[in-house]
Amino acid sequence: MALLANNRAFILFSGLLLVAVIVAISVPVKWVVLWTDALIFALITVILGSGWLVRNKPYLLAPWRRVLKRRLASAALVVLLSYVLIGLLDSVHFREALPPQVGSSEVHYSPHTLSVLDKLLTPIRIQEEKSYSAPFAIHLFSKESTQREDGTTVREYPRLQYGGAHLEDIQQRQTDITHTLLMASSYSLLAWLLLSALIIWIMAQRYSLSYRQQVERLVRGEMELPWRTLLLTLLAVMLFAFVAMMLGVKYHVFGTDKVGQDVLYQTLKSIRTGLVIGTLTTLIMLPFAVVLGVAAGYFRGWIDDTIQYIYTTLNSIPGVLLIAAAVLIMQAYIAGNPELFETMEERADARLFFLCLILGITSWTGLCRLLRGEALKLRELDYVQAAHAFGVPQHKILSSHIFPNVLHIVLITLVLDFSGLVLAEAVLSYVGIGVDPTMHSWGNMINGARLEMAREPMVWWSLMAAFIFMFILVLAANLFADAVRDAFDPRAQH
Amino acid sequence: MNDVLLQVNDLKTWFEGSSGTARAVDGVSFEIRRGETFALLGESGCGKSMTALSLMRLVPEPAGRIVAGSVLLDGVDLLTLPEHQMRNIRGGRVGMIFQEPMTSLNPVMRVGRQIQESVECHLGLRNRAAKARVLELLDAVGIPDPQQRYDEYPHQLSGGMKQRVMIAIALAGEPELLIADEPTTALDVTIQAQVLELMAELQKQTGMAMLLITHDLGVVAEVADRVAVMYAGQIVEQASREQFFSDPQHPYSKKLFASMPDIEKRGEKLAVIRGSVPPLTTEFSGCRFEARCDYSWELCQNSVPQWHQQASGHGIRCHLMDEVHHGRGITHHEEPEADTPQTTEIPDQPILKVDGLKVHFPIHKGLFKRVVGHVHAVDGIDIDLKPGQTLALVGESGCGKTTVGKGILQLIRPTAGDVNFENIDLTQLSNKQLRPMRGDIQIIFQDPFSSLNPRMRVADIIEEGMIAQGKGGSASQCQQRIDELLQQVGLSPEHKQRYPHEFSGGQRQRVCIARALAVEPKLIICDEPTSALDVSVQAQILNLLKKLQQELGLAYLFITHDISVVEYLAHQVAVMYLGRIVEQGEVEEVLNQPRHPYTQALLSAVPSIRESKREKQRLSGELPSPINPPQGCHFNPRCPKVMANCKENYPDSTLLTESHFVRCFLYD
Amino acid sequence: MIAYIIRRLMYVLPILVGVNILTFALFFVVNTPDDMAHMQLGMKHVTEEAVDNWKAERGYDRPLFYNGEQAGLTTLTDTIFFDNSVRLFVFDFGQSDDGRDIGHDISERMWPSLALAIPTLIIGLLVNLTFAMLMAFFRGSYVDLSGVILCVVLMSISGLFYIIGGQWLVSKILHLVPISGYQPGLDAWKFLILPVIIGVIGGIGSGARWYRTIFLEEIARDYVRTARAKGLGEQMVLFRHVLRNALVPILTGVVVVIPLLFMGSLVMESFFGIPGLGSYTIDAIHKQDFAIVRSMVFLGSVLYIVGLILTDISYTLVDPRIRLN
Repeated sequence: MALLANNRAFILFSGLLLVAVIVAISVPVKWVVLWTDALIFALITVILGSGWLVRNKPYLLAPWRRVLKRRLASAALVVLLSYVLIGLLDSVHFREALPPQVGSSEVHYSPHTLSVLDKLLTPIRIQEEKSYSAPFAIHLFSKESTQREDGTTVREYPRLQYGGAHLEDIQQRQTDITHTLLMASSYSLLAWLLLSALIIWIMAQRYSLSYRQQVERLVRGEMELPWRTLLLTLLAVMLFAFVAMMLGVKYHVFGTDKVGQDVLYQTLKSIRTGLVIGTLTTLIMLPFAVVLGVAAGYFRGWIDDTIQYIYTTLNSIPGVLLIAAAVLIMQAYIAGNPELFETMEERADARLFFLCLILGITSWTGLCRLLRGEALKLRELDYVQAAHAFGVPQHKILSSHIFPNVLHIVLITLVLDFSGLVLAEAVLSYVGIGVDPTMHSWGNMINGARLEMAREPMVWWSLMAAFIFMFILVLAANLFADAVRDAFDPRAQH
Repeated sequence: MNDVLLQVNDLKTWFEGSSGTARAVDGVSFEIRRGETFALLGESGCGKSMTALSLMRLVPEPAGRIVAGSVLLDGVDLLTLPEHQMRNIRGGRVGMIFQEPMTSLNPVMRVGRQIQESVECHLGLRNRAAKARVLELLDAVGIPDPQQRYDEYPHQLSGGMKQRVMIAIALAGEPELLIADEPTTALDVTIQAQVLELMAELQKQTGMAMLLITHDLGVVAEVADRVAVMYAGQIVEQASREQFFSDPQHPYSKKLFASMPDIEKRGEKLAVIRGSVPPLTTEFSGCRFEARCDYSWELCQNSVPQWHQQASGHGIRCHLMDEVHHGRGITHHEEPEADTPQTTEIPDQPILKVDGLKVHFPIHKGLFKRVVGHVHAVDGIDIDLKPGQTLALVGESGCGKTTVGKGILQLIRPTAGDVNFENIDLTQLSNKQLRPMRGDIQIIFQDPFSSLNPRMRVADIIEEGMIAQGKGGSASQCQQRIDELLQQVGLSPEHKQRYPHEFSGGQRQRVCIARALAVEPKLIICDEPTSALDVSVQAQILNLLKKLQQELGLAYLFITHDISVVEYLAHQVAVMYLGRIVEQGEVEEVLNQPRHPYTQALLSAVPSIRESKREKQRLSGELPSPINPPQGCHFNPRCPKVMANCKENYPDSTLLTESHFVRCFLYD
Repeated sequence: MIAYIIRRLMYVLPILVGVNILTFALFFVVNTPDDMAHMQLGMKHVTEEAVDNWKAERGYDRPLFYNGEQAGLTTLTDTIFFDNSVRLFVFDFGQSDDGRDIGHDISERMWPSLALAIPTLIIGLLVNLTFAMLMAFFRGSYVDLSGVILCVVLMSISGLFYIIGGQWLVSKILHLVPISGYQPGLDAWKFLILPVIIGVIGGIGSGARWYRTIFLEEIARDYVRTARAKGLGEQMVLFRHVLRNALVPILTGVVVVIPLLFMGSLVMESFFGIPGLGSYTIDAIHKQDFAIVRSMVFLGSVLYIVGLILTDISYTLVDPRIRLN
């Protein structure tokens, strides 16, 4: 927010956007905008736009500042932003051009939709083994019959095709891992130092301090915002990213799954699914909840009765069952109309979008009821009465008195619901009414791994990877949401 | 025999907040003798309630803590007692009652049980014996039918009854000291009189001492033996009641007296204490009152004044009492200016004429939500108000006076009656037809915190009405007008880019007035505009309202429960009881010769700092429910002069003079 | 009281009608019986005949709302809507798509569901209350702070992890109880104990934290100050005053879910192989048995509404300020 308040930063941002667009046009691929992509970009635009509007509204900026002042919350924000970055990279989709056929000038595109993230993760994405392998393994998980050079057939654990394939002597694995780890750490430290130096330089310029003074202020924690915590969290994130990438191209850090796909790749791909469900669900239904809730509370009478009837009815249907029913029906619809979707990804995406929609339908009632209650209270307040006494028209009372004073509730609901929805995705996918089985998601990962629980020894890495990534996201979201609620809820302040 | 019961020495209670350490109590010392009533007087936020809580060690932790001082009860320091011994003191030797009887009782516990808890805890009585004691206590605090009340829940009792229950709880441990924290502030004056009388009587019976915490000079004058004045965490003056009321010495105390509105100051401007109480987070290097004091000079800024104890027992914390400066003159003394006498002729034609106004709210009940009855909030009211005049509508809470205001504004559509504004009947107009008329009548509300939208800047708040009414012209003219308005209400034009939360209560009320003035109204309905404000700030607002009336020729319908404000400001007064006006007339007529028994009782219940000429008259009972008003004259169940006729018919109005009428059979 | 309940029931009726029409629209209008038949019989290579047969067996070949071929009242009763939706109002659930009596299944399967859900609810409530009371008693101290952080961490762990982790640790490593399965009667305890414990642990995070907030809100109220000023000890203040007031929102929050306990828990029951209504529903979803899902939707709504009415009534029992009407 603080950055956005700065005009120069805004110009810089627009410049970057322009460059991105030019690059996008000049690359020979077919850009694909999936339904959820479009909504994500709409969401980003809305967030940036409201950031621009908030810039000179101190009563809106102040609570955000209170949020960022909490060390735990700002650390959580850094973590969340790293997830969001991955999710965004995974939301720019394209289809690569196939090598031109001889004698045809027409360009054909690959039937597979890729994202920028896929492209960045290329080595990890395409290094597929035959089947299960444990983290950092260099052999497959189960024995196979192989033919030796001398013609004898033995059952042994075959070497992996990619994982540790560069090692000539398998004894070197430990030293190789340690070595890579050290390299990655020093790279990340270097990158972090450069980045911190840049940030400190910008701050020093802003407060007109010498570089040294600024460093001292920061180290002593004398800044208004907890920059020390922010930077340290950033270090942790960068450390993880470098280690994962540098080890990831040599080994399968989290092992491979049944069809030999790298689990690290899967869990990174699952991030987007989780984020989409967590944000778009609430967002899709937000207009309905706000309009209906405020209308019910403000106008009362038959409007109130009707809206209450609608949400009590929807609420009375058990959520899971309504979702199940709707998803079953949608499955039938998609199966019946395969011609609507060009690629597999598009089909999976349509299902994801629909899932958000139906989750939204089951979850908007809570917000609607809250807003109704708040509008009921607000309409009796003196300043609304005063507006009536001025003859201010209804729509203006709604837009300038009621709506701005319920916004904090909307925001609190938005952030509080996020983590619950991410967790719900896992459960729904387990029940079989979640995202498309072909889509990468933590729920699908857990569901797939669950069947392997009975194996001796256990295949635990898929589960573990999904849980760790989900836990970090949900924990960060919960911590951040707590701070947002405390900062925005007038009841929490004394 | 040592007759000092409680001795407080240099007590300090501090709070850690987001804006720093608030020194709510900062070096307070006083003593209370056995059997006396000691009043701690101060405006809101001066730390008087925190002092009381500190004595009981009930300061909300961990935000607040007692950092220094001692509290000696019969020589034993309460602040060093272990917690379990302190519990014997709380509710035992020291009882306490609080301001809000509505919230101070446990809502899900029977009132008898709540008293019994204390009886069991401190007297060691059990079961029957304990219950018997509770019934005695209920009887002692004047609750009729204790047997039945024992089993009732707090919500079934009225506010006055709840406060009596609170007193019973405090008395249960047979305390030697009763701490009463604003015990009557939330109550109506007639009930306040009852409760104060009860407390005085109980004190006489039991011989306990009382620490009375209040902001009301009148209450102090009625019940206190000695007085201490608190300002910004410190006691600035301490004296016996006689000394204090005849010869207040601290500049702050003097100003408090001068800013009290009453009938003798009618012709003049009220003295005001400029500015507002400094935040308690400030580190004071001089006198805390310095910035607002008429007498201050550089010493006051740089040196903390010491406590001067005079032989008479009078003590003051002020540099004026230092030997060298004694008798120092006033540097910039403000003589109260006389008002410019009103020269404009009052036209005969009333600007507002209300006839038979009724506002009833239906009550739904039963299977089909049938209407089974009505709340007769306003039940037939006639009002005439001339331009440039102020009509005060006086009554206790629940009598329907606020509904009258909203009914006139058509914010609530009346059930019956006409509201003629400049000969147009507003009740006949549709919302659309009403819209262009909205600018002519405006309203100022009681609560300065809920009457401004926290999300709008002051400029937008003031502009809103101008836009809706199409007044103010072009954008730049509009801005210019806003600047003018802000200056007119005593704010600076720079304030217009700020948000309401940056203002104090008094400043917010000024913004509200500017907002109303923006549409150039002819009539302003003031709904208790000063009752949420401290006395010193109230004076500022009253002065402002008076000034505006003279400059702009505004008519005010002034809704209030505060008789002193009425005396000071109003031309006519109408006394309301349960939805009807029982007496109306010129302010001198009604206040000097009240005729209706209710008016008489109301006036005599108002605590006054002057020796009252009015004979004391206490009302029994409380305001009945407007759902089922009593048969006949609504006042008959409480009336000391009730006659047979009163129980059957509602009296018609009797004209006593040309302008004074009363609705009572005594004058039929 | 009785008038109140009657009025509530009259208010409920339109809601049930709404639920019914909504589910009917979802199951028969958006998704026609033809689609269902195709799905059941496999998407491809289905003859028209097979589809017609499938529909005829289940009565889905009739018109939706109005049967012009019949006379009199049967024009309305001999329709899919009447048979499949209106009958639900008398709790006649009909037959599942594979021909079983749904009503009978429900009455048989609700007992294991209850055997799992009731202990989970009660133990969970007690554990959460105790935990929340502890945090409220030590409010502002490190005990409170670490309690809150523990709650947030517990909340952030997926429920599936508790189940999988619990099964792995208790059953697979320690061999204390069977991984899954069920036996009716008293032997059920060894199958139930693990899911109950896991259910309780899974609920601590959000539950205890919520109750703590309620306690703290109550502790800040004026009557608590009065109780302290009486000289009551902190335990007495908490148990006699705060707890009783806090129970008003807590109990009424619990009452609303009590009827829904009949529905069982989808995830728990299917993980632990408990033959309750939860696993019944999940099986139906997997088999795409629309008849069962439809019945469960209706049953769920009825139970939810019963919960709402019970909540209102329980309010009047625990809070003397509230009277019906």
